Parts: sequence; C-alpha cells; structure tokens
Amino acid sequence: MPRTVALDLPDLSATHALAARLARLLRAGDAVLLEGPLGAGKSELARAVLRAAAGDPALEVPSPTFTLVQSYDLPAGPAHHFDLYRLDGPEGLAELGWEEAREGIVLVEWPERLGNERPEGALTVTLKPLAAEEARHVTLSGWDERLGALAA
Amino acid sequence: MGAEGGFDLDRPVLGLESSCDETAAAVLAPDGRILAEGVLSQEKEHAVFGGVVPEIAARAHLEALPGLAERVLRRAGLGFGDLGAVAATSGPGLIGGLIVGACFGKGVAIAHDLPFVAVNHLEAHALTARLPGLLPQGAPAFPYLLLLVSGGHCQCVAVEGLGRYRRLGSTLDDAVGEAFDKAAKLMGLPWPGGPHLERLAAEGDPQAVPLPRPLLGRPGCDFSFSGLKTAVARAVAQGSASHADIAAAFQASVAAVLADRARHALEMVPEATGIVVAGGVAANQAVRAALAGVAGIAGVPMLAPPLRYCTDNAVMVAWAGIERLRAGLTDRMDHSPRPRWPLADLTGG
Repeated sequence: MPRTVALDLPDLSATHALAARLARLLRAGDAVLLEGPLGAGKSELARAVLRAAAGDPALEVPSPTFTLVQSYDLPAGPAHHFDLYRLDGPEGLAELGWEEAREGIVLVEWPERLGNERPEGALTVTLKPLAAEEARHVTLSGWDERLGALAA
Repeated sequence: MGAEGGFDLDRPVLGLESSCDETAAAVLAPDGRILAEGVLSQEKEHAVFGGVVPEIAARAHLEALPGLAERVLRRAGLGFGDLGAVAATSGPGLIGGLIVGACFGKGVAIAHDLPFVAVNHLEAHALTARLPGLLPQGAPAFPYLLLLVSGGHCQCVAVEGLGRYRRLGSTLDDAVGEAFDKAAKLMGLPWPGGPHLERLAAEGDPQAVPLPRPLLGRPGCDFSFSGLKTAVARAVAQGSASHADIAAAFQASVAAVLADRARHALEMVPEATGIVVAGGVAANQAVRAALAGVAGIAGVPMLAPPLRYCTDNAVMVAWAGIERLRAGLTDRMDHSPRPRWPLADLTGG
C-alpha cells in the first residue's frame, strides 16, 4: 500500500509551489499520473511542472487533449505530457510512442485509460476543486521515498 | 523545376489530409478549380464513444485513404498517371495519421515520378481564402489576418505572403473548440459539443450566469480558455443555473474574447486587408456576429470560407501545394512528418 499525503492548496501560487517541488524531484523514468474531473486543474499543474522543470516560466505548454501527447526537452531529459481523454483504453498507447516515452518523464492526464499499462512506482496526484475559485484539495500517492520532500 | 520560375503546372494536383480525425482527398486543376473531393469523417464512429478516438485514427486513415484517393480521382475522370504533383499534410497533427498521409503521398509521387509537397496544415488553412472563386468578395490581398479557431488550434496569424506568417497570438492553454467540447461535456451534451451547445445557448440568457472573459482587454492577441472551462464546471456543479443559461453565458464569453483579440490583431496589423476566420468554431453564429462587428468597425471584411473548407479538408492541402509548386517549392522524399510544426518555421517563395 503506497503512502498517501493530502494537502489543501488555497490558491494558484500554492499549486505552483507544489509544481516547483515536483519539478525538482523529477528524473528519467518517472510517471506522474494526474487525476480529477474536467476543470480540476490537471493541465494547469502539468504546465506549471513543465515550466519549472524547464526553468522557463513562459514555456508554451498547450493542452494535449487534441494531439494526445506533447513532448518537451527538459534539462532532466525528455518529458512527455499525455492527455488520454480521447482514448477509450490502452490499445492506442503504442501508437503514441508510450514505451519509448517511458524512458523519459511522463505526465499523464486521464490515467484511468492506461488500464494494465498503469506504471508501477508512479506518483498519482488527485485534484479536487474546493469552494474558493483557485482552491484545490490534492492527494499525493506513491513515490514513498520522495513523498516527504514533495509534501514539504 | 527551380526556385526562380516555379513549376509550369499543366496537370492536376492531388491533395491528401490525415492530420487528425478526417481522412480527405481532393484533386484540383492547376488553376485551383476543384475537380473532385471527398472527406471521410470519423465523427460518426466517434460519437458512439462520446468523442473518444478508437485506435487514434491512424489505422482508420490507413484503411480509408488509398481507396478514397482512387475514388476521388475516378470521379474527376482521372487516374494516378494523369497527375502533375502530390501534396500531403505533413504536420502539425497526430503523428500516426501524418505518417499514413505523407507516406501514401510519397508512394504515389515516386511511382509516377511526380514532385511532392509536404504541406503544413496551418499554412493550408491560411491560404484557403486565396482559392479562386471560393469567396464572393474575391481573394484577399496580402497581408491579411487569419483567426484559426478549431478543436486543436487557436491562433491569430498575420499572413504576409506565401510562407511568410507572423503569429500574433495563440492559446496559452486550451484551444477554443476544445473549450466548447469540454463545456458541452460538462453539461452532459453529446459529442461533438459545439453545435449542441449552440442550440442549447439559443434558449438561455447570457446575462444570467457571470462567467469570466479571460484576457479580455489585455494587450496582445493571446487566448486562454482553461479558466472559463473551470468556471463552467463550477456553475454546473453548483446546480442553481439552468444549463441553457450557462451555455448562453459561455458562448457570449467566448465570442467577446475572440472579438477583443481580433480587434487587437487588427490594431497590430493596420495594413491588413481583411480577417479570415477558419476552423470549426467559425460555424458558431454568435462568434461570427461578434467578429463581423469588429471587422466592420475596422473597415475591413470578415471572410469566412464555406464551413467545409474551413474545417479539415484536402482541397486546402492541394491548393497550398499548388501555391508552393508555382513558387518552385517542393520537398524531398526524406521529409519527415512533424507533430509540431509552427508556421514561423516555414519559408516561402
């Protein structure tokens, strides 16, 4: 059973601070799975992580919904931002270059579609909107040895 | 061939499009007349899955494209041997579909010893307005503005000449068509969401629900729709407003933002001769009315090609091919399809 940490992010700057901590901990082979309903802020978090990891606050990070995957060259190695919203199962993953992408860093929205391909040792980030506009409840699960540093 | 003179085109050009969900082929005469065209929409197939892409469409393109190209040629009374060139979308888009279209196009070109043009999908949208006879007002002169508003793209471009494009702004997060689809999904509407949302909005009061108008009034020409989507999610979850009112407010917000961005674009390029609207969102009447208003105030025409030529199609690909061939621009057979291919990377004649 992986450890789980729950955090309340009161505003966007708290979300961005979490993203910056996550970016510092990322290394090749990592999988970060982003869960939550439409509009929960999955893409926002992924965007903030990629910008922090690239050291470029203006890095263009368009929504990958339409293209299914967008790739980035980060100082920590190649990273791939997947959005599996339009897939109905893991069958199409091979065509998206999933196996090759796993050698680098993957950020995955709608990881429910991964089925059996859901990576072991992944960090799962679950976002839930709260009453205040920018506020989110987040649970972090997996990444046992790095979870403390991430939640700090 | 040769860059100085361009091709002396005297035979038809085959255009192929497979960068996303549509498989399309078209054959155009050297002067741009449409001889035959066909689009196989995978929309019907997707509607069953609620907007989901079974097998990411690449396999569907592979099964459909060769037969479709052959049928389109036959309808024009032609065979592959009658062609003068082949143009295939080679990016940006989904890599699987791009590979299918580009490889099929190259195969035809090699087999019949024809020049091949690797067409940038965005350039094809940008040049569509120049297709002879397409617009009742006639083709706009360079420079003109292109507002591309679809499910996958949301950008405003100054079209200064063939291969000369300046991106004035683009979405910082979601594309506008994607925002329509997701807002519709949040309200439980079937896919594709845009037309369903527009019908629902007609019954609603756009003033009834306060929704944000992201970046409205900010300098420049960038777009952002993610916050608006989140606001729709919040309004739907709250449950106090009717879906019709939320849909109407959403649509009004999008129209106001697009109009504001278009106004800025016209200020950034005062010499623009018109504003061309392309992409599926151009079908939305509220968006069209708002953009026509802005264009009218600026004293330039808003040009909207017929919807089937401003959503994904192969006529625009064949036409972009003809424009490039006329300028002497062709591509080598080792040209690789590119999932990301910004307009700014292109060169022209």
